[in-house]
Amino acid sequence: MKHLALAAALLFGALAYPALSDPNPAEWEAVEAEAHGQTVFWHAWGGSPTTNAFIEWVGDQVSGRFGVTLEHVKLTDTADAVTRVLSEKQAGKDTDGAVDLIWINGANFASMKENSLLFGPFAEDLPNWQYVDVEGKTVRTDFTVPVEGYEAPWAMAQVVFMYDTADIPTPLPSAAEILDWSKANPGRFTYPQPPDFLGTTFLKQMLVELVDDPEVLSRPVSDTNYADVTAPLWDFLEDITPTLWRQGRAYPANGPRQIQLMNDDEIDLAISFSPSEASTAIANYELPATVRTFVLDKGTIGNASFVAIPYNSSAKAGAMVVANFLMSPKAQAHAQDPEVLGYGTVLHVESLPPEDRARFDALDLGIATLSPQMLGDVQDEPHPSWMTRIAEDWQVRYGVQ
Amino acid sequence: MAQSRRFYRLALFPALTVLVLLGPVAAGLWGTVLPAFGHFPAAGVSGPSLDAFRDLFNWPGFGPAMRLSVTTGLAAAILSLTITALILAGWSGTRGFRILERLLSPFLSVPHAAAAFGLAFLIAPSGWIARLFSPWLTGWDRPPDLLILNDPWGIVLTLGMVMKEMPFLLLMSIAALGQIDGRRRMALSQSMGYGRMSAWMFAVFPAVYARIRLPVLVVLTWSMSVVDVAVILGPSTPPTLSVQIVRWMSDPDLAFRLQAAAAALVQLALVIGAVGLWFLGEKLVARLACLRIEAGHRGHHDRPLRLAGFATGTAISLALLLGLLSLAIWSVAGFWSFPDLVPDQLTARNWVRHYSSSQDAFFETMLIAITAVAIGLILTIGCLETEHRRNLRLTQRGMWLIYLPLIVPQTAFLPGLQTLLLGFGLDMGRAPVVTAHLVFVLPYLRLSLDGPWQAWDTRQATVAAALGASHDRVLWRIRLPMLLAPLLTAIAVGLAVSVGQYLPTLLVGGGRIETLTTEAIALAAGGDRRAIGVFGLMQTAAALLPFALALPALVWRNRKGLLHG
Repeated sequence: MKHLALAAALLFGALAYPALSDPNPAEWEAVEAEAHGQTVFWHAWGGSPTTNAFIEWVGDQVSGRFGVTLEHVKLTDTADAVTRVLSEKQAGKDTDGAVDLIWINGANFASMKENSLLFGPFAEDLPNWQYVDVEGKTVRTDFTVPVEGYEAPWAMAQVVFMYDTADIPTPLPSAAEILDWSKANPGRFTYPQPPDFLGTTFLKQMLVELVDDPEVLSRPVSDTNYADVTAPLWDFLEDITPTLWRQGRAYPANGPRQIQLMNDDEIDLAISFSPSEASTAIANYELPATVRTFVLDKGTIGNASFVAIPYNSSAKAGAMVVANFLMSPKAQAHAQDPEVLGYGTVLHVESLPPEDRARFDALDLGIATLSPQMLGDVQDEPHPSWMTRIAEDWQVRYGVQ
Repeated sequence: MAQSRRFYRLALFPALTVLVLLGPVAAGLWGTVLPAFGHFPAAGVSGPSLDAFRDLFNWPGFGPAMRLSVTTGLAAAILSLTITALILAGWSGTRGFRILERLLSPFLSVPHAAAAFGLAFLIAPSGWIARLFSPWLTGWDRPPDLLILNDPWGIVLTLGMVMKEMPFLLLMSIAALGQIDGRRRMALSQSMGYGRMSAWMFAVFPAVYARIRLPVLVVLTWSMSVVDVAVILGPSTPPTLSVQIVRWMSDPDLAFRLQAAAAALVQLALVIGAVGLWFLGEKLVARLACLRIEAGHRGHHDRPLRLAGFATGTAISLALLLGLLSLAIWSVAGFWSFPDLVPDQLTARNWVRHYSSSQDAFFETMLIAITAVAIGLILTIGCLETEHRRNLRLTQRGMWLIYLPLIVPQTAFLPGLQTLLLGFGLDMGRAPVVTAHLVFVLPYLRLSLDGPWQAWDTRQATVAAALGASHDRVLWRIRLPMLLAPLLTAIAVGLAVSVGQYLPTLLVGGGRIETLTTEAIALAAGGDRRAIGVFGLMQTAAALLPFALALPALVWRNRKGLLHG
């Protein structure tokens, strides 16, 4: 009797389980057929007109080719979408969720994966995965968290510093040189206020730059080594903060505000997580034409942007079609065009078919963009636990006065 | 029998209104109280515990953030009310006043975020004012490193809020003025030898204040818990408490939700405390005024104060106007850097880029606003009429009920509300968003209409009834037409309120409802002045439409006496 009840529970449980009807990315033709006519709600940060325009272009493409309607839900913060999926799960809404696709990485991905809020694995079964540069680019780990096919990469980012050559004659390729310059030119440098992601990126970049052995950062932080490892970072911040814009009593809220400050000639040096952001901004009249970029001699941090599909999406097939299109040579070359987005490609360009390679060769990367060779070594992101601790500590030391 | 059935029908309105107002707030608050006391299954904790409060009290920014919320909120409310009173006392009824009124009332509908960005661009060290004098006078080739915006004391934040709230109070006062026969009060006290301002302050202001008391409290609580303006103009190390709540709410680490919920309850307590303080202040001011009256001063030398009032009013409208103008220029600007007063080149590409999405958002915004205001108006008039026919006056407690959605900080109950709607499967689409907007539109409609409605001389109804008119006929043919001015003001305010809603639209609409405000704030997060320019102007246009139609002047071109008494 007991067994019967168990069997019945299992059966009903299985019937109610939505994953049974989920599309299987290995059967791609079926996925494309199912996707036709679906509407995909892509939750992505909406603070940048250029990314918004790119997403609109993607929408036109997938609607023309695959009959998928793409709606961009413009977020101020990716965490809003994470919250949304989480509230739906709490309320037991396991199908027909509001979110079909999220532009995501780092802590948000780790949080969603850990809470089983994601559909997958699907990414490595997508047809265009064959072109992805799995060797040279960090597309299989996301801030050291294994991706395992739960999100599909679509853009590469690497830290560069933008500087106005009208005010700074030569690059400042180390933390020490940045500090010396800032001391000599007080009030001309700042960074977005952590926990903004670009602000924490600056802290991470300086940590990677200043730490004796970066290897320790690939493992989770521990109470025993935290103080020692991060001491050089806090020394650096102690020295540089009084020389910052507004003496560190105020910070720009995010990256675009920081660019605005550079445009207003309030600062001369700024961090960016996109090697071509400066070129794109110059083309859009958002920065003076005298701005150029540099990287640090020891290399700078790089990571990938991904898209993930929530477990309760109502348009998983459509979402996969969009994710696959984002990885296509056509979309990747379009995204790398500095007139469009200027994002680094996730593909291995050398191994593409000749006509696709030609799309990349034809790109003019823009006056302020470094060539892939000049971008130098890419350093790995530290384990997310470092960022969390450092951001908290920053709040205590500099976030309140 | 027919009469009583009608009564029953009308009793529906108060019941419905209470449900619409309180249901969402109560449910949302419940969703805040639980996590604040440590019950949050989604993050794997179940309470009760006081850990969240302990974490909150241990946050080093807690004291300063709280202080900042209280000081900027109180200062903004006091300044807004003082300036409103100064302008009215010195100028009401004059031609200068009508000019000021014309200048200021359209700005009521300028979205807060747009006004704040405009002000920021005016007064920043690299802003328009600095550019006007640079480098020829100041010698600045580059903007000076001065902490003007985001100052740690919240001065600019306070100014930004006053700039937006003063026109609101002024408009509310004008609506109230029409009901109290201020002119004869003035004539009487001036005949007793009082100077213009003293006469107005002693004889008219108390009656006006009694009618705008709730709007004033709305200004107070709004100023204490505002998020968008505080992000743009306020300090960030630390920010105000409400900004910090939103930051914690959006932290990927769910543990911060508990702390945010605890902070939301503290915010609620602060708001309640400040309202209490305000009541004490009212008594104090009344006592001081009585002492002054008893001392017999007639206050003849009020010219400097009069000019100060006018100057402040002009400065505020000028700041709003220039701020909007700067946004308009940014929306067509090519490269534009310090110290240039105008852009190097003009370009239409920003408008082209945003054309299609802004057009869709514009219609969505108007559809939601008009629906919410229409439903709200039916409920409000239904309630007012029920109270009138049953000869009921809304008690103090009843007023607080209406006031609740405005006093409870949005961040305290909206996330909880979202979970509730999800449970009903009502979490997406336009209808739930309209419902959520209604929660905020209703109180403003009631606040705008209550005074004028009560002040309407019921002898008109008696006369009509004596001539054989039914209740309904009195309502439709006499009362509503006579109250057209406050009705239109209420509609305009209601539309502006709906257009400006950000959190309710985003959270309740599941992000799928795109209004001009959600678009504008998403873009404002990126700080792109050009995009803010495009959407800020569209948003202003949407909210300005009802004002721009200038209906009262049109309707009463033959009945001037009905245009504020």
